[in-house]
Amino acid sequence: MSQPDTKFGEYGGQYVPEALMPAIEELTEAYRRYVLNNEDGFMDEFYERIRDFGGRPTPLQYAEQLSARYGVDVYLKREDLLHGGAHKLNNALGQVLLAKYMGKERIIAETGAGQHGTATAMAAAHLDMPCEIYMGRRDINRQRPNVFRMRINGAEVTPVDVGRGTLKEAISETMRDWARTVETTHYVIGSIVGPAPFPAMVRDFHAIISEEIREQSREKLGGLPGAVVACAGGGSNTMGAFADFLEDDDVRLYAAEAGGSSLTVDEEAGVAPHSASLSTGEEGVLHGARTKLLQDGHGQIMESHSVSSGLDYSGVGPQLSHLVDEGRVTPVAVDDELALEAFHRLSQAEGIIPALETAHAFGFLESVAGPDGDGAVDLPETVVVNVSGRGDKDLEAAIEETEKRTLENAPTMEVFEG
Amino acid sequence: MSRDGERTESAASADPRGTDGSERADADGPDASGSTLEAAFDEPAFVPYLAAGDPDFESSLEYVEALAAGGADVIELGLPFSEPIAEGPTIQQAVVRSLEAGMTPERFFEFVDALDVEVPLVCMTYYNLIYQFGPAGSEPVRPFVERAAAAGIEGLVVPDLPAEEADLLRGYCDELGLDLVFIVAPTTAGDRLHRMMERVSGYVYVQARLGVTGARDDLSDSTEGTLERLEGYDVPKAVGFGISTGEHAEAVVAAGADGVIVGSALVDIVARGHENDEPAEAVAAELESLSRELKAGAVAGAKRTPRPEGT
Repeated sequence: MSQPDTKFGEYGGQYVPEALMPAIEELTEAYRRYVLNNEDGFMDEFYERIRDFGGRPTPLQYAEQLSARYGVDVYLKREDLLHGGAHKLNNALGQVLLAKYMGKERIIAETGAGQHGTATAMAAAHLDMPCEIYMGRRDINRQRPNVFRMRINGAEVTPVDVGRGTLKEAISETMRDWARTVETTHYVIGSIVGPAPFPAMVRDFHAIISEEIREQSREKLGGLPGAVVACAGGGSNTMGAFADFLEDDDVRLYAAEAGGSSLTVDEEAGVAPHSASLSTGEEGVLHGARTKLLQDGHGQIMESHSVSSGLDYSGVGPQLSHLVDEGRVTPVAVDDELALEAFHRLSQAEGIIPALETAHAFGFLESVAGPDGDGAVDLPETVVVNVSGRGDKDLEAAIEETEKRTLENAPTMEVFEG
Repeated sequence: MSRDGERTESAASADPRGTDGSERADADGPDASGSTLEAAFDEPAFVPYLAAGDPDFESSLEYVEALAAGGADVIELGLPFSEPIAEGPTIQQAVVRSLEAGMTPERFFEFVDALDVEVPLVCMTYYNLIYQFGPAGSEPVRPFVERAAAAGIEGLVVPDLPAEEADLLRGYCDELGLDLVFIVAPTTAGDRLHRMMERVSGYVYVQARLGVTGARDDLSDSTEGTLERLEGYDVPKAVGFGISTGEHAEAVVAAGADGVIVGSALVDIVARGHENDEPAEAVAAELESLSRELKAGAVAGAKRTPRPEGT
């Protein structure tokens, strides 16, 4: 019988109010039975639904222009083609289905960019469960299309006004709801964060990404890729893309974090102008887990920043923290500008408009192997980049952020003026 | 705060790696011989909470002293953390006011040093602040407990630290003479309850209802069930979450509690005073008056239901 992972080295654990502990024990047991041991054919049903409803498997596509630009074979794992436009559905569908098996009556979730909220709203509609999504006010304003999608799918969207109104506050507020409603409600956490068993369970639902990459690489490359690159906020697409390669030491794993506008911090104001917790964070306890965090010298959590809402979080999954300490995963920080350029480059060169989150992974390739690249990393012959989501939700933000800057490769947006 | 010389001394002389906290020495229950907190529950206790430094350092000193003047038997002082996941809107706002006024963990201990009260104090805070306290590179958790002991704090409540993760902190609290209070929720039962009761000391915080902190008009009916589950454990039971009037306090004690914990109803007074620019004396007088009502309620509750010996 497989047993749940609760700690990753010193990271992880269950730092939550007592009221939630019985629910977490119940969830741990359900995770062990249904997910790890496929009781009642749970995983069979999950695979069937993620195929028929979600559209899996997603393609592994050769990127001709990028390959020519970087002098290596670049393959794209097209999670942007999953139903809903991002990898998020893997986890959302898995957890909503699990909640059903557990006999829960209601779904709650937090969302940052709105991708997880959208995926949860779709999964809840698909499985006929009432659903409430907490979203920071600032993110609601940045991600209006996703707010509409959630509402249209029948979910309640509740704005969170505390603090800066981003993902961190939305998670805190969802945990408060859960503490009140724990007997009937399941909290579908949106990343590999939070108390055990969430980090391991969310990873397992997303692991299908790397399982497919392995299979598809064998067919297309005749072997495993030399590296897998994924963006990392909380880290769910990252761990999903890495999970099946952890034991393959020849496959390098790069986690592209949001370098924001700068990697320095303003301690006085409690603000970090980035979200690079793997590269710069210190060990601490946030939202139920011990992990790497952006915090001040006193242990107060700092506000993070990124041009992309989905990476804008002060913490990161505990397993990624552990893998970075072990040297298995290499974190790289990609700043706002590099990400925006990569957003336009992928759109123009490959005809794929990526999410701003995803653009960070491509920004990494450019920063090391582009015409002005620093060569800090010598890319292997084949690189798989996880295209974690599509950029439709980001169009307004991307245009606005592009206009603030002078980017070499940005198209003119004059058509929108007047 | 009157210093407890003996305690400070024992903290200083303690073996730095003495207790790893893996096992509680007196697993049968709390050590009844030394707990100042437990002694505070000899008669039905009123345990108020305020966030230290809300809305500013000086006013907050006055407010906490007003609680003592109003009959507090133990005072829970909140050390504000930026992500208070167990708190409702009232205390979240208090945390914001206090942090904006410059509260830090070190400043919190200066606050305790500056307080002129004889009532035993408990620090309520979140684990990350305990974990990060101390000079860079020092071992985690111990410096905080040492500093708290030196300031004369009698105990700690850590809402995001369940019994499963608490052994390290429990070990240092034992070593340095602090009590560690755990929160028992309406959902806590069976093995979990037992694990927690093996580790608790001072008093047990009985969470009257699911959810987060906040004043309510009605009383929860889950309290009696929780108190029943706790009957066999020889440690004072203080009920909190939602208590806001003397009547509530009376009913809770009549149901078998040894004390009442009141936070949001008092923080509401501080918040209103701050919003309306009331002078600190007026706010303090209001706090003292509600304290008297709550304390009287608790005492009245004990008279309503004569409790058996030894509880």
